[in-house]
Amino acid sequence: MKKLLLGDEAIALGAIHAGLSGVYAYPGTPSTEITEFIQANEIARERGLHSRWCTNEKTAMEAALGMSYMGKRALVCMKHVGLNVCADPFVNSGMTGVNGGVVVLVADDPSMHSSQDEQDSRFYGKFALIPTFEPSSQQEAYDMMAVAFEYSEQQCLPVLMRVTTRMAHSRAVVVVKEEAAAEKPMNYDSVAANWVLLPANARRRNDKVTAQQAQLEADACASPFNRYQRPRASEDTAPASRYPLGVIASGIAYNYVAEAASRLDGAEASFPILKISQYPLPKALVRRMLEECERVLVVEEGQPFIEEQVRGVFESQNIQGRLTGELPRTGELTPDCVGEALGISSHRAVTPQIVVPRPPALCQGCGHRDVYTALNQVLTEFQNPRVFGDIGCYTLGFLPPYKAIHSCVDMGASITMAKGAADAGQWPAVAVIGDSTFTHSGMTGLLDAVNENADITVIISDNLTTAMTGGQDSAGTNKFEAICLGLGVDPAHVRVVVPLPKNMPEITNIIREEINYHGVSVIIPRRECIQTFKRHAKEKKA
Amino acid sequence: MKTDIILCGVGGQGILSIATIIGEAAMNENLYIKQAEVHGMSQRGGDVQSNLRISSQPIASDLIPKGVADVIISMEPMEALRYLPYLTPDGWVITSTAPFVNIPNYPDVEALNAELDRLPHVVKLDIEQLAKDNGVPRSANVILLGAAQKALGIDYDKLEAAIRRVFARKGDAIVEANIKALSIGHQLGNG
Repeated sequence: MKKLLLGDEAIALGAIHAGLSGVYAYPGTPSTEITEFIQANEIARERGLHSRWCTNEKTAMEAALGMSYMGKRALVCMKHVGLNVCADPFVNSGMTGVNGGVVVLVADDPSMHSSQDEQDSRFYGKFALIPTFEPSSQQEAYDMMAVAFEYSEQQCLPVLMRVTTRMAHSRAVVVVKEEAAAEKPMNYDSVAANWVLLPANARRRNDKVTAQQAQLEADACASPFNRYQRPRASEDTAPASRYPLGVIASGIAYNYVAEAASRLDGAEASFPILKISQYPLPKALVRRMLEECERVLVVEEGQPFIEEQVRGVFESQNIQGRLTGELPRTGELTPDCVGEALGISSHRAVTPQIVVPRPPALCQGCGHRDVYTALNQVLTEFQNPRVFGDIGCYTLGFLPPYKAIHSCVDMGASITMAKGAADAGQWPAVAVIGDSTFTHSGMTGLLDAVNENADITVIISDNLTTAMTGGQDSAGTNKFEAICLGLGVDPAHVRVVVPLPKNMPEITNIIREEINYHGVSVIIPRRECIQTFKRHAKEKKA
Repeated sequence: MKTDIILCGVGGQGILSIATIIGEAAMNENLYIKQAEVHGMSQRGGDVQSNLRISSQPIASDLIPKGVADVIISMEPMEALRYLPYLTPDGWVITSTAPFVNIPNYPDVEALNAELDRLPHVVKLDIEQLAKDNGVPRSANVILLGAAQKALGIDYDKLEAAIRRVFARKGDAIVEANIKALSIGHQLGNG
């Protein structure tokens, strides 16, 4: 059967067809659509596969390990920075190993379309000794899921599957199976001595997993996803003389190389390509390319992961790529920059000067707007106020007309940074955090603040959803007052308001009062996200 | 056949529904398709684009190289100009003329129009007004699609059939409104 699927959807359907029992995830661009697809899928619903959103990536990864412990197949999905949040269970899952197959799907975001950094998850796979897959097409992404689950069970290790924005958010026609494989039955094969990482057990596992790396590399060399292809299919033996150029291309970069090759003619287009979609790096294939080619260009999306390994500390071979300037050192690859590196002259047309940038902005009618209007108004009364922001739509409050926040580092950092600033003597120190980000990783920081009665004002701007990623359920909805009280915030300083222009006098009074209270206060402006509100109104009408 | 299309506009203007219809029509013709979309933060009122490639041969890159696109379909006049570096020299621009002003420094509309008129192949339509005047207020984007039919190289009846399939779930009234919109655009685009 043929289907037009986003890369994310191909991954989701591939997992369901591979006999998945549960997906565990926190929303994050560009990975969100995987879990959303499973939530809406008929087979998944009939089977009752787990697909509810998790509070954060760490809880997601750990729940998936629990499902694997019982013999079933589990998928964990996140954006690249989410892997930092679940680094502890991820890295240690390489030590415990798995029972039922576990695939950890991480979507990297080179060029930072919706992110704060360009980190490349393949480094995590290498460092955690976990085999890594990187599909080149939506079809391969679909096909890989079944292979990845099999491989995970065969090697008793989780598999990291790395995609990038362009793969996640691009559609293509994918040939899919008519039927889904059955879920794995429960089994009790998990051996406690592997899963209890006491030092004695962990040392034994570390030796075993380290020794296993040679096998993983041999498997990568033999993998159907890794291919050394000479310019013409007929050339199945090494050439009499060396090729002037060879290209190593991984993941989606392979497509840009293929595109460029199709635009070049004759001799220029006749270079061998080593396609890499499974790691550890298949060294034997790389060695073959280095033997057969004078010069090797490494084309990879993200950081120079392959390029650094191939170069090592020696520079005797002519190895080029992002580190030598043939390709841009940072940012997402394009068919243009890859084409240029392969000798296609660049197209020189430019955008007419009359065109101006159109940055994203908070929606008209959004409650965060009213929060920033009120906050800005009150803060004019104070000298040197500092506002610590967080990750979500409300980060856009940095831009004009609000220019309301002074920091945004990672999920949950607003509260802890405000506390640290207050420790340093800053007043007023205000944290602005969204509802979903607060439950993701703000709560623990609030406990720190409460335990020291830090002089901070926390605004949990509650729009009843995870809005930035398109309106997914938010883990703490209807629980925020209870959570704050439970963590020990003084009930007199947990204040709820409705952020609307008509309530401006009340909101500004409350913000002023709570800044002037020298201890932890929490203000919760609560009004539904305008986007989900419109969607719900439409659904009601239909 | 091979057609490279850039769909563009401002987040929330409905370029992805145009892409869905073209994709549906192309898949039904057993063509290869690649369609790169923008999700996430830029959707909040920022500039958005989608690269849509359809071909009878396999397609390598999800993104269209510069100077290669056959047609730009834009829901907004300034956004149409943003992607000109991607257009092949004799390519077509099919654009709405209604400015979407959500930034303080939006350029002069007359100057924008003059810039568009300088292009060799351009179709400019006030699709919002046309949609209102013809009683299909929610289908402005499909008027634009109709106007682009020739440049897309997909038969008119194939697009019509795709609309029937894509909107079937939403009921006959919505299907008919979109088919009417397609026909209005088609007449103006080829006129």
